[in-house]
Amino acid sequence: MKSLSTHKLHLFAAALFILLHIPIALAQNAHIPASSIPTADLIQPADLAASLQSASPKPLILQVGSHVLFAEAHIPGAEYAGPTNQDAGLQILKDRIATLSKDTPIVLYCGCCPWDRCPNIAPAYNLLHAMGFTHFKVLYIADNFGANWVAKGYPVAKGRS
Amino acid sequence: MKPRSLLLAIAILFTTTLALPAPPKTTAPDFTLTTLEGKPLHLSSYRGKLVLLNFWATWCGPCIAEIPRFSSWQTKFGPQGFQVIGVSMDDDKAPVQKAARKFQLTYPVVMGDEHLGELYGGILGLPITFLISPEGKILARIQGETDLNQLEKRVATLLAAKKP
Repeated sequence: MKSLSTHKLHLFAAALFILLHIPIALAQNAHIPASSIPTADLIQPADLAASLQSASPKPLILQVGSHVLFAEAHIPGAEYAGPTNQDAGLQILKDRIATLSKDTPIVLYCGCCPWDRCPNIAPAYNLLHAMGFTHFKVLYIADNFGANWVAKGYPVAKGRS
Repeated sequence: MKPRSLLLAIAILFTTTLALPAPPKTTAPDFTLTTLEGKPLHLSSYRGKLVLLNFWATWCGPCIAEIPRFSSWQTKFGPQGFQVIGVSMDDDKAPVQKAARKFQLTYPVVMGDEHLGELYGGILGLPITFLISPEGKILARIQGETDLNQLEKRVATLLAAKKP
């Protein structure tokens, strides 16, 4: 009887483990469209640019796309943490935020492709959501980083780190 | 200034403006990079050909949609002096080699980097395609997924005009 209860407990623990990991597994799906991200969780380029120029505390900004494109131009202070359409890239993002407080203000962005075709941003968003972060936004880049940030005259930095 | 003189000045200015030559087309920046097969590729060695220079990446959906057509154009128009060159902006070569095998690419692909991107005015979103004349001048810069039928017509027209 006792061993049966232990067996049930093991089964329950295994089921719980699987259930807890489903969101992270889903986050690793590269085909989640960016349009699935709720509008309330988006921030517009003009608003982020304004907040960066203000005296208010700056969020942690993470670029989750291509490292080559990041090296060419990125938001000053941003860190590279991708590409999150791949497991290895998701792991980089996961490692970067693992020790952060869940209420850390974070902004994610990519800008590699038009919004609906971006393979990186939704997996990154889903990962943060699954890990319980509560104060993060996603930069809405309609076309690409060049057109919607650089060409607008917002601040830019170069380099791989 | 008398009204007649003013009219004359305006007429001269207008005529001069009309007579100004069209601004010269920008010369495509030359580069030397290594192909996936390990051979050096010099853009300038394709002078005399109509070149389609395509910046792409394996993770870019719109890029992948275009590639089979570019590959077929190389076969179709290659004998008429047309050359596609792919520049991958991937971080690593391995997925590019895999994609090249999968699509059985009929044209060379090189690995690009941020320096080449800057040389071409900023490759900050993919795909970006340049159409380069046989004289090495940039005829078009196409940002984003292009209308492939329209581009094919343009390539065919340019190649027809190129014939002696």
